[in-house]
Amino acid sequence: MQTFDLEVRGLRALNETLHAQAGNTNQTVWEVINAKGSHAIAVGLDAPIEVNVKGSTGYYCAGMNSQATVHVHGSAGPGVAENMMSGTVIIEGDASQYAGATGHGGLLVIKGNASSRCGISMKGIDIVVHGNIGHMSAFMAQSGNLVVLGNAGDALGDSLYEARLFVRGSVKSLGADCIEKEMRPEHIEILRDLLERADADARPEEFKRYGSARKLYNFDVDNAAAY
Amino acid sequence: MKDKSAPAIPRTEPIQSATFSNPVNAEIRRAAATGIYDIRGGGAKRRVPHFDDLLFLGASISRYPLEGYREKCDTRVTLGTRFAKNPIKLDIPVTIAGMSFGALSSPAKEALGRGASAAGTSTTTGDGGMTEEERGHSTKLVYQYLPSRYGMNPTDLRRADAIEIVVGQGAKPGGGGMLLGQKISDRVAGMRNLPKGIDQRSACRHPDWTGPDDLEIKILEIREITGWKVPIYVKIGGTRPYYDTTLAVKAGADVVVLDGMQGGTAATQDVFIENVGLPTLACIRPAVQALQDLGLHREVQLIVSGGIRTGADVAKAIALGADAVAIGTAALVALGDNDPKWEAEYQKLGTTTGAYDDWHEGRDPAGITTQDPELMARFDPIEGGRRLRNYLKVLTLEAQTIARACGHNHLHNLEPEDLCALTMEAAAMARVPLAGTDWYPGKAGF
Ligand SMILES: Cc1cc2nc3c(=O)[nH]c(=O)nc-3n(C[C@H](O)[C@H](O)[C@H](O)COP(=O)(O)O)c2cc1C
Repeated sequence: MQTFDLEVRGLRALNETLHAQAGNTNQTVWEVINAKGSHAIAVGLDAPIEVNVKGSTGYYCAGMNSQATVHVHGSAGPGVAENMMSGTVIIEGDASQYAGATGHGGLLVIKGNASSRCGISMKGIDIVVHGNIGHMSAFMAQSGNLVVLGNAGDALGDSLYEARLFVRGSVKSLGADCIEKEMRPEHIEILRDLLERADADARPEEFKRYGSARKLYNFDVDNAAAY
Repeated sequence: MKDKSAPAIPRTEPIQSATFSNPVNAEIRRAAATGIYDIRGGGAKRRVPHFDDLLFLGASISRYPLEGYREKCDTRVTLGTRFAKNPIKLDIPVTIAGMSFGALSSPAKEALGRGASAAGTSTTTGDGGMTEEERGHSTKLVYQYLPSRYGMNPTDLRRADAIEIVVGQGAKPGGGGMLLGQKISDRVAGMRNLPKGIDQRSACRHPDWTGPDDLEIKILEIREITGWKVPIYVKIGGTRPYYDTTLAVKAGADVVVLDGMQGGTAATQDVFIENVGLPTLACIRPAVQALQDLGLHREVQLIVSGGIRTGADVAKAIALGADAVAIGTAALVALGDNDPKWEAEYQKLGTTTGAYDDWHEGRDPAGITTQDPELMARFDPIEGGRRLRNYLKVLTLEAQTIARACGHNHLHNLEPEDLCALTMEAAAMARVPLAGTDWYPGKAGF
């Protein structure tokens, strides 16, 4: 395992070093110490490496991640794993706003709670939150799965497209065009797989599914108030 | 009984109301019939103070001109010299503005790349991601980073020559995008990760940052992902150009792109296009002032867009302090948009040459703003590219002609002192004297 002291060597050196790890590297496991809430830690990675960040991170940790596993042993600031393409990002603590925003793929696991706008504009990413999520989560979510073991705040799934939302606890309110939907066997399967991969102690049958009513897909004057 | 000898009472002539004009009433009827605002492409059509209201003074005894065909007038510009390892070097200070694949057909995007590359300048992606055609045919490609993040991915980010964070557009500052169902073909839907045929709205605000402090961190993230190699532009719609330019620069922008209200759009509400934002002319001096106040004029470059049509417009924008300009609508016209040869078809669509702006409907007779395979096939990207290159060359030659006449051996040496204004409004906005005076509104001491 390679240890990288962020405080001593700086952010540029960290990302440059991690970017230099090609697919066939032997140095597959990295530990980043003295994270101290720094922004843009381990962004734009594109190799099957594992990066363990000791401490909490600032904005955009693991942004645009591909292939890599980034494990934050602390909490994450805004926009963790934003626009992730593939790979896995695990947050042991809580995550701030916009966790997993616009993510195209991969798995984001938040062991604590996530704040507002979790999964905003998500485009294929899977997000599993062990705790609760804040308001306006999955706003304009396009595709992928958002799984919440706790409760969801106001306006869940506002203006969403084809993303699937699974919530075990309560939902304070649903956003425009978001409705509860029938949980079919294929959804149970998706959920079972995600819960297992996210190391989450819950049964798929305990969840409710929410998705788009698809009423805002084409303009209709009678829905004008919802736009 | 009526007295036949009495003179007939003269009748007033029917008078059209200036307030309730025929076009206004037609819009009221359209709104009443449909219940939805009018959506269209293009920029503000109303007349606003513009570059036409400025004139160059030319050289005489106090300044001497350069020989038109003999003496050099350089046109090169380098963008992104502040932080990027690889700034963009262009032969001419006219770039192609961001126009989305989706709004435009892929052959049209290809033609923009071909024409821009042949003329030694850059082109820009748009809301909808980067296509192979435009990457392949553009020697310098600017990749837009928009609120929607459609098609956004690190691979394309790293094969871009610059990244443009779009905060706003002149046609719709504060507004998001829209692409109506007719244009969401399989390919467009696939790139945007959306169902086919839906009316697609793009957000007006970035999903993962708000405000200048966040923007600074966002720029840091993008630089880290791209290894600090390429310039990062920030594009703003003209509203509060002094403050927005200041904040963009403080957040770390290498280049500020400033788009005035005449700037085109693929599809926006008409009420938005016509009523929100500042005329391009009113944007430039405050933005330049902001750069000067920060001590960064010419170090952070300023690209101005919105209604640039001629080499004179290019020269005027540069004289007011821009480093380069960007063109959208004019480039489309050069490719063949609104060409009289399609008049019969424009008539069928209920419009006429020059007024066709229903680009969002995807039925463009010229095959440029459409995803319909048959219409697209009418457009030849090689010929289109050639026409765009020619047009870009003419813009450059015209701007050089003016610069030489003003005695400058580089377009960047044009300055406000070369200009005067024809109207009080233009004098106030451009801060150049009213023609024949040494005064402009707001100038101290008068
Ligand atoms: C068809 C069309 C599509 C456009 N798409 C985008 C876009 O995707 N992103 C963007 O920032 N601006 C977009 N714009 C605005 C242009 O980048 C540019 O700001 C504007 O066209 C400049 O003004 P001009 O058209 O008067 O030259 C678009 C403009 C047009 C005409």
